[in-house]
Amino acid sequence: MKKLLVVIPAFNEAQTISQVIDSIPRKISGITSTRIVLIDDGSTDQTAEIALRKKIVVVRHLINRGLGAALATGIQYARLTRADYMITMDADGQHLGGDVKKIVRTLITNNADVVIGSRLLNPSGMPLSRQVINFLSNIVTLLLFSRWTSDSQSGLRGFSHRAIERIKINSQRMEVSSEIIRELARLKLAYLEVPIKSIYTRYSLRKGQRISNAPQVFWKLILQKFA
Amino acid sequence: MIIQIILSFFLLFALSRVILQVRNAKISIGAFLFWASLFIFALSGVLDPRLTSYAAQVLGIGRGSDVVIYISIALIFYLIFRLSISLEETRREITELVRKIALEQPLTKYPPGKRKANK
Repeated sequence: MKKLLVVIPAFNEAQTISQVIDSIPRKISGITSTRIVLIDDGSTDQTAEIALRKKIVVVRHLINRGLGAALATGIQYARLTRADYMITMDADGQHLGGDVKKIVRTLITNNADVVIGSRLLNPSGMPLSRQVINFLSNIVTLLLFSRWTSDSQSGLRGFSHRAIERIKINSQRMEVSSEIIRELARLKLAYLEVPIKSIYTRYSLRKGQRISNAPQVFWKLILQKFA
Repeated sequence: MIIQIILSFFLLFALSRVILQVRNAKISIGAFLFWASLFIFALSGVLDPRLTSYAAQVLGIGRGSDVVIYISIALIFYLIFRLSISLEETRREITELVRKIALEQPLTKYPPGKRKANK
């Protein structure tokens, strides 16, 4: 009996959430049950209502606390429901359901603790501005946490039960992606990357990491490192 | 000099606030000692400027007023850093609260009026 939990952190994603939920494969080899939980981070649109109509569980933050806070709530939910594996994916529709299967398969067959879906192992189709932002984020993550990853900001990740139990998230906002890499190093978790494809739309580009966020993310990471 | 009188009154007022805060247990003893020594040192410098000139000589800085500016800038940076940390702590506590409420009552039905306790 292997239970998979797919965690989708979302903030005002009514436009894409239905399609994202539908894209998640329910039958995956080696998994006996797949459940989906939407962490609604204080949305003011119909995101939670749409998800509930799709008959998935919604854990609702009363007010917006940021991506890091939503992911940490997802991890806590995975602990409470004793999930064997957990996948996190973005709610803006940039990930493909097929890549969820790929990550679960890698977790199971390679006995990995964490698998990150890397958009940069095959960056075709990724806008240049995104490639630059991701490269700079990788450099900052390397400098602060001494761990190189080809895509430290990827939102599609897989975690084993061991990782779910041990990873501790303090970040509230976008800096969470680098913090997860810090946790990999701190806890010496077995970690793999698999290439994934991303779908870039005007919508997903507007929602994701922006260069204007960089100073704030960098300052938060400095605080985490030295405070 | 008028500036000495104004600054002295201001610093005495600031010192009285610090004493009031510690008496009402609004700040820790450590914070009281830090702020009280800072204002007492500033007050001494205002009342007797020779003190800052002496400090400048000891530190190898040209003028007494420069010492005050350098120390003030360093202190302001340090205080902003401390403030950022404490702001982060407050945000984290709010998030913990929001998370606790959210996990106690996950939603499972549409319309989302009724909530189901977590098993």
